[in-house]
Amino acid sequence: MSSKLMFYILKRVLLAILTIWIVITVTFFIMHAVPGGPFVGEKAISKEAQAALEAKYGLDKPLFEQYTTYLRDILTKFDFGPSLKQRGRQVIDIIMDGMKTSAKLGLIAAGLAAVFGIVLGAVAAIRRNTILDKTIMVITTAFVSMPSFIMGSFLLIIFSVSLKWLPANGAMKGGLVLPVITLMLYPMSYITRLTRSSMLDVLGQDYIRTARAKGVSKWRIIFGHALKNSLIPVITYFGPMLAFIVTGSMVVEQIFAVPGIGRQFVSSITNRDYTMIMGTTIFLASLIVIMNLVSDLLYKAVDPRIEFE
Amino acid sequence: MFSANKPFSMHLDPDAFRPATESEKEYISKMRPSSTFFRDGCKRLLRNKVATISLIVIVLVTITSIVLPMVWPYSYDAMLGVRPGKPADSSYNNLQPFTWGKTELKRIEAGEKLFPHIFGTDSHGRDYFIRVVYGTRISLAVGFFASIIVLIIGMTIGSIAGYFGGKVDIVIMRIVDMIYSLPDMLVIILLSVVLNRTLNVDGTIFAKIGANVISMFIVFGLLYWVSMARLIRGQILSLREQEYVLSAQATGAGGSWIIRKHLLPNCISVIIISTALQIPNAIFTESFLSFLGLGVNAPMPSLGSLASDALNGITSYTYRLVIPAVVICLIVLSLNLFGDGLRDAFDPKLNA
Repeated sequence: MSSKLMFYILKRVLLAILTIWIVITVTFFIMHAVPGGPFVGEKAISKEAQAALEAKYGLDKPLFEQYTTYLRDILTKFDFGPSLKQRGRQVIDIIMDGMKTSAKLGLIAAGLAAVFGIVLGAVAAIRRNTILDKTIMVITTAFVSMPSFIMGSFLLIIFSVSLKWLPANGAMKGGLVLPVITLMLYPMSYITRLTRSSMLDVLGQDYIRTARAKGVSKWRIIFGHALKNSLIPVITYFGPMLAFIVTGSMVVEQIFAVPGIGRQFVSSITNRDYTMIMGTTIFLASLIVIMNLVSDLLYKAVDPRIEFE
Repeated sequence: MFSANKPFSMHLDPDAFRPATESEKEYISKMRPSSTFFRDGCKRLLRNKVATISLIVIVLVTITSIVLPMVWPYSYDAMLGVRPGKPADSSYNNLQPFTWGKTELKRIEAGEKLFPHIFGTDSHGRDYFIRVVYGTRISLAVGFFASIIVLIIGMTIGSIAGYFGGKVDIVIMRIVDMIYSLPDMLVIILLSVVLNRTLNVDGTIFAKIGANVISMFIVFGLLYWVSMARLIRGQILSLREQEYVLSAQATGAGGSWIIRKHLLPNCISVIIISTALQIPNAIFTESFLSFLGLGVNAPMPSLGSLASDALNGITSYTYRLVIPAVVICLIVLSLNLFGDGLRDAFDPKLNA
């Protein structure tokens, strides 16, 4: 490994850590800028009770001290504090509970999106300007311009309300099928378009012509030469895809009643569960930042031509 | 110059030296009609059928959403069953398309002609058709103004970073990198949650728009300018090495003059294209926030909030979800296709 590569990795890791720190800081101070605090607005409580509550959650201390405590707890103990609305539960426990379902949902969706997207994109590029190519492009364009909550609702209407093939509740058996499909259609379409255009680019290169001229079979060219090289730009979409799946899962889990982290997050927004909002934002944001880092490093590692800044 | 019927003769043909007739002059002058970059681009754009149809759809939808609410007999926030001084008439709630409420039926029997509720009414007894039209207007307006805000901030900061370079550039680009690496949707949600609670717009000119829409604009302004700034900085970096910039500097022009009069007009095509593609993006985000309950304030509708409201009665009133969904898809699809067409027509690098 060259020292240039090491320096690049170090720089990116430091930037990622800095980003996570900024997310924690911004989240903390923004949430504390909300006037009234978390205990105002519900049923009237006496001054003493409010003071006792604030003392219990450490809200009576100076803001900066609260911040350093919060930061220290996250870094050392991975502790986001207690939930304000779900009595007696820690935010991190709720997140981990939700992640069990959400991670399964997200990983299956991401995997299927990648497989189908690459296959469809490659087919469209190889059969360029045929009916098949045009059909694939029209369908993927339609999927890209449809918000995921509308896609999810349509799937819900068609497959569980009208046809009654699949359950509408995500907690039931087979209930994750529709959420996975809803979640994968947008990234799949995006990957299809990405693969198609980069494959077309690669198919026009000189080394493909050389391979064809020396008599390499068509399928050898596609799998041995073209597909491998055209997948490099697709790797860069890996990070944004995860970000999409994280935000998309909020909508999808809401529609199909999947007991995952996205649903917890949305209900914490409506309940004004401030510590839960903070904890989930920081957790999901860190996840996205780390995944972006991994996909960027992978991208640079796969293609030796790419320069390091 | 040699006469055609006498190929080997060295005699010149006197006909070739006659002054041109009027028709010949016209023919020659028509050979090269003067054209500008803009006109060329428009021609290419109109030749692209998909982009032209998309443009027509966008214009039609926009005009409809502006004009129809002015002439429509029902308003988007009037609950038809609620009359002052009388108990609310629940027969107006959840009307099927082309049906009437109780008092309306009586008026029709009395011989009055009433305008039909084309899409029926919603659960509060409001005419659904006009709510969809009005929601389209709100969604389009949010998309359009958000893009303008992004354009102004991104253009200013990007051109400053690109033109002045050096330390200014480094500082600005570090900030851009930082915002770029933040997960935007999560930050948007967080900011919306907080701004919805903290912004107090009562009594100002913004009161009618509502705190949520204003917070949405602030959020767009804070986060989405970075990609625009990057794009314009890149353009300006290459343009400022051009000789006309040097000549402008030699004649004593200042930085802001050169940016405004020389550099920005030369990257106008990139600016237009990315602004056009920003609009569907903003509409997407607006509908997503509306779905989470962070969108426009009730009773004002947007396409996103109409669709998310419709989820409650999805089994019995499926059309109430389908209609705004189709409109969103139509708008986003035609804006995307039009933006692609614009890029094909106006990007000089693709034409080379």
